[in-house]
Amino acid sequence: MFDYETMRVIWWLFIGVVAIAFAVTEGFDFGVCTLLPLVGKTDTERRVIINTVGVTWEGNQVWLILLGGAIFAIWPAVYATLFSGLYVAMLLVLFALFFRPAGFDYRSKLPDPRWRNAWDWCLFLGGTLPPVLFGVLVGNLLLGLPFHLDQDLRAFYDGSFWGLLNPFALLCGVIGLALTTFHGALFLKCRSEGVIYERSTAVLNILGPVLLLLLGIATVWTLFGIDRPEITQMPAGDAPSNPMNKTVIAAGASWLTHFLTYPWMLIAPTVGFIGLIMAWLFGKGDNRVAALLSSSLGLTGLLLTIGFGLFPFLLISTTDPRSSLTLYDASSSHTTLLWAFWITVVFLPIVLLYTRWVYKIIWGDITEQTILQDTHTLY
Amino acid sequence: MIGDDIVMLSRLQFGLTALYHFLFVPLTLGMTFILGIMESVYVMTGKEVYKDMTKFWGKLFGINFAMGVTTGITLEFQFGTNWAYYSHYVGDIFGPLLASEGWMAFFLESTFVGLFFFGWDKLTKVQHLVVTWLLAVGTSLSALWILIANGWMQYPVGAEFNYETLRMEMTSFADVILNPVAQVKFVHTVAAGYVTGSMFVLGISSWYLLNKRDIGFARRSFSIASAFGLASVLSVIVLGDESGYTQGETQKIKLAAIEAEWETEAAPASFTAFGFPNQATQHTDYAIKIPYVLGLIATRSIDEPVKGLKELREDSLVRVKNGMVAYGELQKLRSGDHSDATLQAFDAHKADLGYGLLLKKYTENVVDADTATIEKAANDTIPKVAPLFWTFRVMVACGFTMLFVFAMTFYYCATRVADQKRWLLRMAVWCIPLPWIAAETGWFVAEVGRQPWTISGVLPTHLSVSSISTGQLWFSIAGFALFYTVLLIIEMYLMLKYVRLGPSSLHTGRYFFEPQAGH
Repeated sequence: MFDYETMRVIWWLFIGVVAIAFAVTEGFDFGVCTLLPLVGKTDTERRVIINTVGVTWEGNQVWLILLGGAIFAIWPAVYATLFSGLYVAMLLVLFALFFRPAGFDYRSKLPDPRWRNAWDWCLFLGGTLPPVLFGVLVGNLLLGLPFHLDQDLRAFYDGSFWGLLNPFALLCGVIGLALTTFHGALFLKCRSEGVIYERSTAVLNILGPVLLLLLGIATVWTLFGIDRPEITQMPAGDAPSNPMNKTVIAAGASWLTHFLTYPWMLIAPTVGFIGLIMAWLFGKGDNRVAALLSSSLGLTGLLLTIGFGLFPFLLISTTDPRSSLTLYDASSSHTTLLWAFWITVVFLPIVLLYTRWVYKIIWGDITEQTILQDTHTLY
Repeated sequence: MIGDDIVMLSRLQFGLTALYHFLFVPLTLGMTFILGIMESVYVMTGKEVYKDMTKFWGKLFGINFAMGVTTGITLEFQFGTNWAYYSHYVGDIFGPLLASEGWMAFFLESTFVGLFFFGWDKLTKVQHLVVTWLLAVGTSLSALWILIANGWMQYPVGAEFNYETLRMEMTSFADVILNPVAQVKFVHTVAAGYVTGSMFVLGISSWYLLNKRDIGFARRSFSIASAFGLASVLSVIVLGDESGYTQGETQKIKLAAIEAEWETEAAPASFTAFGFPNQATQHTDYAIKIPYVLGLIATRSIDEPVKGLKELREDSLVRVKNGMVAYGELQKLRSGDHSDATLQAFDAHKADLGYGLLLKKYTENVVDADTATIEKAANDTIPKVAPLFWTFRVMVACGFTMLFVFAMTFYYCATRVADQKRWLLRMAVWCIPLPWIAAETGWFVAEVGRQPWTISGVLPTHLSVSSISTGQLWFSIAGFALFYTVLLIIEMYLMLKYVRLGPSSLHTGRYFFEPQAGH
């Protein structure tokens, strides 16, 4: 069961798991930061909001770091092509991430309201720009990216940064932001009471239908307006990783055909939409934990939809379809996949266990009282 | 052909962001252990002052940690953004090490750092102590994995080139992890981190003692820092010597360059303590030599010679020629000739393929290089000697100065007269920058000494870069300059502010600046 082909598929699933963990946990951290200056009016209110994620945001961020590291380890070609190709976009993501560590830690170290207000907007940017950029990235993954590999397998990007900002990708950027804000508002409800709880509910009431509408548009757009190439010939699943040994042809807007070829994959979009609808309905009321779990389920469904939709592609090339990278021909060696597999099998459960323990210790409502009691210690 | 300016700018950016990141890392490494020690004393003795110490030094640690996190993310992004061909070429080995760092270290430190700050009232004493130690273990594990990765760049074991995938692939994970260079580097570097933390606490405590404030608090911090610092600085120096020995085995060129050893001397080689290395004449002017010492450090024997740069360059020349053969055979393999003869010829020469790739800087086809070009490639394998020679000596001088400070402070702590030795307290304050200077120069030696390679003997630096433009590079360098400058100013401001406030920043009412202190 540990043959090369199976390991490649298992790792495709594992990276999906890491991406989902990232989206679910950092999703609400981003969302809470976006909502910070909007939902919190006074300094104490804002401190309540910050401290709902204060203890745990840093651990959650590691899912993003690990996602990068895992792609580097498992699909080096994807890591190389994506990060260098989308150079400016990736640096913008990076710069946006700079705002948070200092924002969280430094904001309440000085009492000056101008200082605190400035950091609040930094946190806002740190929570808002990444989901927009990640959304744009996902949009472009579906559209395919203009890149090619040369005979040394060196990656060249054939487009520009501005080309990434096309209408479909921008729609996906807006969806990314709407998703994290929605998810963040649900999280905020889970850990607050009174005025912040109510304002978060108000945000959810507006955002829920908007989000579902946007997702509906993006779905229709993808199914009928975006081309998806097709692999007509490729080496065996356990062949050495070399993307140049396959044949890929244009196949028009064939996403629906693809899903119908693997009908079980339709469970992903179903879970995505049902999860988000339930999250919206629960979110209106007081069943806050059920709402957060539902939106987590919704996010999971959406990410799986993207992964399944691209299968077996990881990166589609629009300028040289043969250079497209798949989970079979862009992976690391069998030895590396196996080692990484065992490390993950051991450490994933350990990480989940102690993360759960930390959440258990700190879980509960943060109130203005909490902040005033520990005013010199808390963020 | 890859433009030299792309390579230069990429190196500049990576060098600056890595050195900048390493302003914060050693302090994190050291402070977490010191916090663990302080809190252990608190849990064992129950004395509140040790809890206050953990919390106050924890605040300073926190200000530093935020910057470490910020600048650390950069490095992970940068391999992909700026060193894409490197990532493709060695991702099979380098990637899993980074991923392991994520699983085993980043999660540990990042998950528990929040509880360290905010868990005081939610956890029992012992639980909190465990959290603090997990944080410390997490930071040191992080250093372990990244230094295994870096050790592999210096001495790439456990991997070989696969002509079908056109990259290096792992053959033995155990060899990669148990790489002798990595082991030595790890202990040397984390111990240097512990020294940094100790010097930081020692210097600031000395400043409180000089100003006759928070005496009990400062004196206890001072003792812990001097004892931990002495043990750590001794480890750094011993392991520094050990790394001289492993370098003699594994990175001969770097060692010879550091020591400005141009000629192969009769064993045991003498050590050039001082002098002015001159690259053009390949001679060290005004050299002051100490007999036998280099031979002893590098070979731990009196009869093995240490190869000089001129002889090492001749070795490189042979390897470049072998590399051309390997490259030629690789071309045949790629064009579909998988005959046994070709495979055997390739296997026989593939260890030197990297040396052939050095020629890519001058000729795309490699196999058509003329004698002059081959000579140039061989010359390239010898790094610039003077910068290595000097930075290495600065590092060593810092190390021994700190050894003196820690030895004296430890001695006077033990004899309970440290408070009265004002010259020593002043010296401790002035020595605060030394561990940073030592760490940065140490990195410079390790990384510049590896040039012209990113992976020693395997992948030349100029091939490792991404296919990007100078415009993109200037954009990113400008961004880093802006963010990093502003953040550094803010960080220094906060750090100094909290150092001045001292333990009064805890608002316990027990410390200087808190006149209501009733006991």
